Amino acid sequence: MIDVLVIGSGGAGLSAALAAKEAGASVLVIGKMYPTNSQTSMAQGGMNAALGNVDEDHISLHIQDTIKSAHGLCDEDMVRQMCGDAPKTIEWLESIGVPFSRLDNSKEGIATISQRQMGGASAKRACYAQDYTGLKILHTLYDTCLKEGIDFMDEHYLLNLIVPEDTVKGATFLDIRTGEVKQIDAKSIVMATGGYGSIYHGFTTNMYGATGDGIATVLRAGGAVSDMEFIQFHPTALKHSCILVSESARGEGGYLVNEAGERFIDELKPRDEVARAIFAQMKEAQRVFLDVRHLGEEKLMELLPQEVELCKLHEHVDPASELIPIKPVAHYSMGGIDVDYALEVNGIKGCFAAGECSNAKVHGANRLGGNSLLEITAFGRFAGENAYKHSIYASSKPADDAQLQKDQKEIEAIFSKESSVNFYSSREALGNLFYEKVGIVRENGQLNEALQEVIAMQVSQQQMGISDKNKTNNQNLIEFLEFKNALLLAPTIISAAIARDESRGAHYKVGFEEENEDFKKHFVLQWKD
Amino acid sequence: MQIKILRSETNTYQEYRLPAGEIPLLSALVYIKEAQDATLTFSAGCRASVCGTCAVRVNGREELACSYKVKPGDVIEPLQYHSVLRDLKVDKDKAKGTLKKATTWLQKFQEAPLTPEDEKRTEKQTDCILCNACYSACPVFAVNPDFLGPFALTRAYRYSKDKREGNAKTIIDNIQSNGVWDCTLCGECTAVCPKGIDPKMDITMLRGTSLQHGHQDPSFASQNFGGPDFGGGGFGFDPNAGF
Repeated sequence: MIDVLVIGSGGAGLSAALAAKEAGASVLVIGKMYPTNSQTSMAQGGMNAALGNVDEDHISLHIQDTIKSAHGLCDEDMVRQMCGDAPKTIEWLESIGVPFSRLDNSKEGIATISQRQMGGASAKRACYAQDYTGLKILHTLYDTCLKEGIDFMDEHYLLNLIVPEDTVKGATFLDIRTGEVKQIDAKSIVMATGGYGSIYHGFTTNMYGATGDGIATVLRAGGAVSDMEFIQFHPTALKHSCILVSESARGEGGYLVNEAGERFIDELKPRDEVARAIFAQMKEAQRVFLDVRHLGEEKLMELLPQEVELCKLHEHVDPASELIPIKPVAHYSMGGIDVDYALEVNGIKGCFAAGECSNAKVHGANRLGGNSLLEITAFGRFAGENAYKHSIYASSKPADDAQLQKDQKEIEAIFSKESSVNFYSSREALGNLFYEKVGIVRENGQLNEALQEVIAMQVSQQQMGISDKNKTNNQNLIEFLEFKNALLLAPTIISAAIARDESRGAHYKVGFEEENEDFKKHFVLQWKD
Repeated sequence: MQIKILRSETNTYQEYRLPAGEIPLLSALVYIKEAQDATLTFSAGCRASVCGTCAVRVNGREELACSYKVKPGDVIEPLQYHSVLRDLKVDKDKAKGTLKKATTWLQKFQEAPLTPEDEKRTEKQTDCILCNACYSACPVFAVNPDFLGPFALTRAYRYSKDKREGNAKTIIDNIQSNGVWDCTLCGECTAVCPKGIDPKMDITMLRGTSLQHGHQDPSFASQNFGGPDFGGGGFGFDPNAGF
């Protein structure tokens, strides 16, 4: 029986695996894709740590900025832990060879790491590797996992957790290649399955498959989820493809302008404020652009090479000489699996969660740019360590195969069912619905309409199925299962948004434009029999 | 417009009709799967050329589906030298195994002063997204399936040149067999890399470092030519011919 089963193989999963292994656990990492395919590869701008390499900076300032950005909804002890751990996490990443961008300052070690300013930060605090920060951290973590002999099972889709008597004993998976349903027994589990931004299908910077599978699974297994209404909209996605233009473009001095060429917001304000300012311009039928022309071609190629390439490819504009058309789209989900101080899932003992799938209450109502890469590495490691500690005392008696049999039957039923409604159209409709009615600016009437439409979609889900009946490598089936998870989470987001009659961080509601002390609390959702 | 896609079940090219207009190949594949044929199978992730999931061959050349713009008559096939799992989806396990064989990681950390120049030295190499395009384009795999291949060697170069690496020799030792000397320096990998990485140059540099560490080109050694050479390893290729 495996000591620590890590589900999800992005930055949080790999960090957890390395920490658990280092502590002495037997570890298996299981994911629906290959490890380096994860969303972490898309994080561009940087990773916060108050090193003070460029400006004067202090951990206390990092804590202050994070709390301010969270709009009172974070747990200050958790924020203190994450920000306090940041310098030693950078030191750890340095020790495994992450190729951070450097300063020419004749110093040694992490004192030579370059730092840039991100929105909402009071100093140049984000360590970066050009605009490939997530990619380079992810690949270095993966190389280190290979070094440490960590086992991987790729292309396995999480079906359900096995939780007899509120304690996790393993999980069931669909082996995507063979179509076989498998049970994996484990003493502890770390959920590192990513966020739910892809519910906004067609209006998100997220990759295909960021559908909140782990969060939905925890909810089904009796665990708690919280703060689901808080979805961060990134101010600058390319207008037509929704591909992210990193915040570092503004951090390095890029302007936001409307059609008239006027600037309308301080670009370094937090993402929620900037996104709303852009949305307001769009409501007035103004097109909005990012202007980085004044930075010059040389600097752009040095600091933002990926952005330049993506703008040319997807928008046919050369940022060195032309304006970049942008719009705000769903980017990061602050809510997720509700965890305690040890990152253990509330409601499921022995199950831990880290990264975007978890709600460790460090981001609150709005995440500070540069804190997501910090969270996945710092708290990924913390979750791995705690999962190992739990495994020492956990029973090694495996669970029976009741869940396995149930899931086998369900998969068989999906294969045998005729489908009369194309779920791909519904997936697109759900994305549109969310962007329109559960978006940057919310309103109770629209939220209620959205809830009705989602319920109607859940009803018509009975008529949905798959048209590809091949057992092996069935991506049609995986996408259907992902959509079912998205549809399961959709009402949790909407109902929490309806309940929150105030505006706070990323949640902004017409008619309730101010923060209200009565709502300075988390909405926790859990199914109880 | 019409494109042709190689289907694994029948091993034939199936024609699909797309609406006119310039779209990325990945969007075309998604459109086909959603609206025409849900059995068409391919891999995809970020849409932004950075996760490495969606590499395929278009008209015989490796491309990321998310960054290639479809043209009428395009022929789409899976990557070469990977076993096809289904349609355009291939098994990348074996190629990833070469990272392990080449021990492409920081062997032994040592504290070092790093400057922007040090960062630049391997900046391109660390842009690698493991999309496997270079493996598909590498003709050596046709004759030697055990070859470590371009991305593992580029990654070996990355760590061997890092000032924080306190034991570069181990990496160099581990890329001698089926490694640096087996490359023909044809440059196909360099030609197809979507991130502009030049594995051919990295391999050439690694050959030089190998010689410094006391290794020699095994084919030259067996032919008793004596001295070091940066040439084509006895394959009769002109190392400067490139592509």
